[in-house]
Amino acid sequence: MTVTLFIPCFVDSLYPGVGISMVRILERLGHRVVCPEEIACCGQPAFNSGYWPEAREVAAPVLRRLQDAEVVVIASGSCGAMLKVFYPQLFAETPQAEAAKALSPKVWEFSSFLADKLGVTDLGARFPAKVTFHDGCHGLRELGIKTAPRRLLEKVQGLELVEMADAETCCGFGGTFSAKFPMISTAMGEVKCAGAAETGADYIVSNDSSCLMHVQGLLSRQGSPIKTIHLAEILAQR
Amino acid sequence: MTTHVQEFLAQARVVTRDLRHRGLIQTALRKYETARDRKKAAFNDWQSARQAAAETKWDAINHLDTYLAEFADKMEARGTRVHWAGNAAEAREIILGIIKSKGARSIIKSKAMTAEEIHLNDAMEKAGYEVVESDLGEFIVQLRHEPPYHIVFPAMHLTRDDINELFQKELGSASTREPEELTMIARRALRRKYITADVGITGANFAIAETGMISITENEGNARLTAALPKTMITLVGIEKVLPKLEDLALFLPMLATAGAGQTITGYNTMYGGPRQPGECDGPEEYHVVLLDNRRTELLADPEQRDALHCIRCGACLNVCPIFKNVGGHTYGTTYSGPVGSVITPHLRGLQDWKHLSGSSSLCGACTEACPVKIDLHHHLLRNRRNAAVGEPSFFERLAYRLFAFVINRPGLYRFAKEAGRLTEPLQKLIRDTPLDPARAWTGTRDLPPMPEQSFKEWWEERR
Ligand code: SF4
Repeated sequence: MTVTLFIPCFVDSLYPGVGISMVRILERLGHRVVCPEEIACCGQPAFNSGYWPEAREVAAPVLRRLQDAEVVVIASGSCGAMLKVFYPQLFAETPQAEAAKALSPKVWEFSSFLADKLGVTDLGARFPAKVTFHDGCHGLRELGIKTAPRRLLEKVQGLELVEMADAETCCGFGGTFSAKFPMISTAMGEVKCAGAAETGADYIVSNDSSCLMHVQGLLSRQGSPIKTIHLAEILAQR
Repeated sequence: MTTHVQEFLAQARVVTRDLRHRGLIQTALRKYETARDRKKAAFNDWQSARQAAAETKWDAINHLDTYLAEFADKMEARGTRVHWAGNAAEAREIILGIIKSKGARSIIKSKAMTAEEIHLNDAMEKAGYEVVESDLGEFIVQLRHEPPYHIVFPAMHLTRDDINELFQKELGSASTREPEELTMIARRALRRKYITADVGITGANFAIAETGMISITENEGNARLTAALPKTMITLVGIEKVLPKLEDLALFLPMLATAGAGQTITGYNTMYGGPRQPGECDGPEEYHVVLLDNRRTELLADPEQRDALHCIRCGACLNVCPIFKNVGGHTYGTTYSGPVGSVITPHLRGLQDWKHLSGSSSLCGACTEACPVKIDLHHHLLRNRRNAAVGEPSFFERLAYRLFAFVINRPGLYRFAKEAGRLTEPLQKLIRDTPLDPARAWTGTRDLPPMPEQSFKEWWEERR
């Protein structure tokens, strides 16, 4: 299968390891990976803030460049939800409405692509550590992804998964919300970090780098020993 | 003058720093969640119950005109006087008019968020009447001269020590930490008021069109006394509270109790069909029902968000909302707080003045998942944001998104921006969390991730 990777701007510029891990895993599984250079952002910041015409300026080229893709795989439930769920709304009653609808079923979040679409859960990964999993809200509630990342983690050798209290509670990132309402965003993140700390885990794992950027930012500032890591980076470890 | 958004931000800053306050709310709501999950498990299928409830409310709201007329006709047929209030001022006028015509002096009230919405207590007190809240939580916040903290649990922000202190000060009671004794103190103060009150005012949980009845659920029995003892009874109800059929209560009563308070069914469930009929031994001599619009019909006219009128005010969305849990109820500065408040307040009180409530959400969707009548809450927040930006766009914000689009759509410029980010990283570290730091909203409490040597795309290029 030819897999088109969608690498969101912040993964590209801040977490290249996540993208590299995805490429390695998908190639190991025998797929051809392509990654169009021009695609950099799904347009979510403007969309979530209510600036839909500005969001369309970013999203329309994405839609055009992805229209011939066989499948589109994204390592972020949030950007995945944007393409899969919100593009049809963003482009409703525009000339691109059909294209947005046609793209939607081809879009997959990475963990769900592996576990649900390809039916692969054992990637031969090894990661000897105690981890807890944070469900990114968009992956969980817009895309309905709950078991896929856990099924993948269960097969990782040496890894112990402990669930934290309120794993499904938002970490407080919320895109532009984190900068517009930093005190609320921070308070939510503190609750998340406390829940993770109670498990005694070494790592907080998620399938969304944006949540992890927020949580890691707080943990580093607090001087906490807990680290964050994206699911793809664990699955690529041998 | 401070605006609503400034007040919201200031209050949010205070509460998010108050670990005791946040801890209190979070502990209480964790207990609620455990109880709710246990009661939810008693439903054969909670999800299909939600679907059925949503469909019933859809029918009720989409045929509101016929159901309201049916409700009013049936009520009037048994001697109730039904009044139509277009807005808050009209509703206050109608109620004050009734009170005045009865020559009343003192008024007893049971819990009614609609009364909060129209600031009824204020109006009655200004007109010289004594008003007493009979719901324990409401009684407590009334003594503190503050609005309810939560639409279902008005005094959830207070500990028993806070309440003990308040009762000592306001009622001159002896000090106690026992919840039962505290309840008894309030009850003694209230019982006298029931007997002397001339008018009882209640809210309503449901208005049944088929039979012309008001359904009220409560845990303390105070609404029954409020309705039964005074000679005149007034019920203030939002027009969206209509249910088509009496049998709908078979689903809605347990659903409200489960979603709202983690109960199988609320302690007291009463239906009011009218004033005392010939041959009946109790009940009010006169019964008035005031149907309140107050811009609900404007929401009804919006097909995209009409389902927000399905709300049964159970409070479930507040209880699971991480924003509510960290800023508390009073921060919202409006009657309906939490997710549902953030959705409807901009409709009921003005989009531009209240759009910050729709903005202050991470859009996590926990509310939508919890709502027993399946209101698309968090997506309505998005729609409010869109409508607000169309109506009065922020010059700077729009410019920022346009600039962003300009850069991100041009690979050369985007590469340059990444390079610039890497080069200025040492400088950013130097000015971190100072007024010079453009990323201060982030860096005030959070570290920025380090810029890697190579971006993904650079790696990808090199590899090819
Ligand atoms: S919006 Fe839904 S969950 Fe929130 S109070 Fe109304 S009915 Fe309950």
